[in-house]
Amino acid sequence: MDALLALIDTNKIFNLTTLGHYWDGFVMTIQLVASSLLIGLIISVPLAVMRTSKNPFINYPVWFFTYVFRGTPLLIQLYMIYYGVTLIDGIQESVFWVIFERAYYPCLIAFTLNTAAYTTEIFRGAIEATPKGEIEAAKAYGMSWLKRMTRIVLPSAFRRAIPAYSNEVIFMLHASAIASTVTIIDLTGAARDIYARYYAPFESFLFVAAIYLSITFTIIFIFKQLEKRLLAHLQPR
Amino acid sequence: MGPQVAPLVATNIYKQFGDHEVLKGVSLEANKGDVISVIGSSGSGKSTFLRCINMLEIPTKGDIQVHGEQIQFKLDRKGQRVPADIRQVERMRSQLAMVFQGFNLWSHMTVLENIIEAPIQVLGISKAEAIERAEEHLNRVGLYERKDYYPAHMSGGQQQRAAIARALAMNPEVMLFDEPTSALDPELVGEVLKVMRELAEEGRTMVVVTHEMAFAKDVSNKVMFLHQGKIEEFGDPKDVFEHPKSERFKQFISSVY
Repeated sequence: MDALLALIDTNKIFNLTTLGHYWDGFVMTIQLVASSLLIGLIISVPLAVMRTSKNPFINYPVWFFTYVFRGTPLLIQLYMIYYGVTLIDGIQESVFWVIFERAYYPCLIAFTLNTAAYTTEIFRGAIEATPKGEIEAAKAYGMSWLKRMTRIVLPSAFRRAIPAYSNEVIFMLHASAIASTVTIIDLTGAARDIYARYYAPFESFLFVAAIYLSITFTIIFIFKQLEKRLLAHLQPR
Repeated sequence: MGPQVAPLVATNIYKQFGDHEVLKGVSLEANKGDVISVIGSSGSGKSTFLRCINMLEIPTKGDIQVHGEQIQFKLDRKGQRVPADIRQVERMRSQLAMVFQGFNLWSHMTVLENIIEAPIQVLGISKAEAIERAEEHLNRVGLYERKDYYPAHMSGGQQQRAAIARALAMNPEVMLFDEPTSALDPELVGEVLKVMRELAEEGRTMVVVTHEMAFAKDVSNKVMFLHQGKIEEFGDPKDVFEHPKSERFKQFISSVY
């Protein structure tokens, strides 16, 4: 303990001010990633159901959305939403300016749409992998389309999607570092500030790398527990 | 009391897939307590016929009545025959519980959850009552100790018995069996047939598509032999098996035995 305190004492970078800065960055990263994942998840469920529709007027718009957002870099999407929107005539006088004048909401929108696109495709795959016989049994027992979806298809698809979705969560966490390119002080933004102030790139970035790593391991742990509970029916015994 | 209404009447069922006519006018009437075996070589249309009865396939022509209620059809924009009222079809399906060749239990649910699902969601029975009934049926098929197992953790024979319990839980007018033992290892066939035999003795109305000649002969009270989408032979199993009228049926029996 004394050794640790001594280390903190002797180093130039890690003092109360910088640690507080890192903490703010940590809170920002968690907040951005968690809210975009949550909203994206909610949006992606109806989109995935639409995406599996045989009706082209329902299926194609969703297909187009997911292909645009999965086919272009997240950084470009962020720039388009943050900088691009300001070029729209009259936007600065409109009520929407509250949303776009700071970087936070454009960033949240870009992240949300991006993760919604990926999650939609993850769920689509999981929905389409539902064994045909199970759907047929649901029909044969008199379940309506809505009942089949909410009781059989989606619960089984969500479970199947957990491993792929945990990758998406980790991907979003790491991709969120680009929020720092539009003035947001997230973990990476904080590290960059501290690097600039003390000119200590190695320590400042190594420290956030360690934080990202611990968050990643926490996410992996949580998903492993979820899989144990919700995928018990797929495990050999 | 008027005359008893037949639980199931299928009249003149035709089914066409593209250019291929699988069923060419098959009719069947199941009275209460009837156990009707539908037999025939593969491609004879016997499974398709069973699937037409509960509208998993929509018959190109022909009528279906469940407990006196006739299924209504209409033509869609492409001129295809479709059910006029999907609610009616759903209601009718809930009275015709089906047991599949591939079991088709819902894999993310335990055995108990599989059995209470449709009674709660479709028939609107309370959860407590559904569980109570499900446990009776599980005892009945000898799976009470396995009620919290997932389907993937059981043998094929156990899964099929669970599927039979799921069908029983609907308290159906008619039970439809689509080759219930064909996907089972030979040593597991017996346990499933035993349950089915008990159900027949109990007076359940059953339509059974099967390759098990012993079941058709000993358990059912009517046998229907399909060949190329038509009924070749129909009647009491003793008459049919001992004095077959049709040449094809003679060939079929000799090839099976």
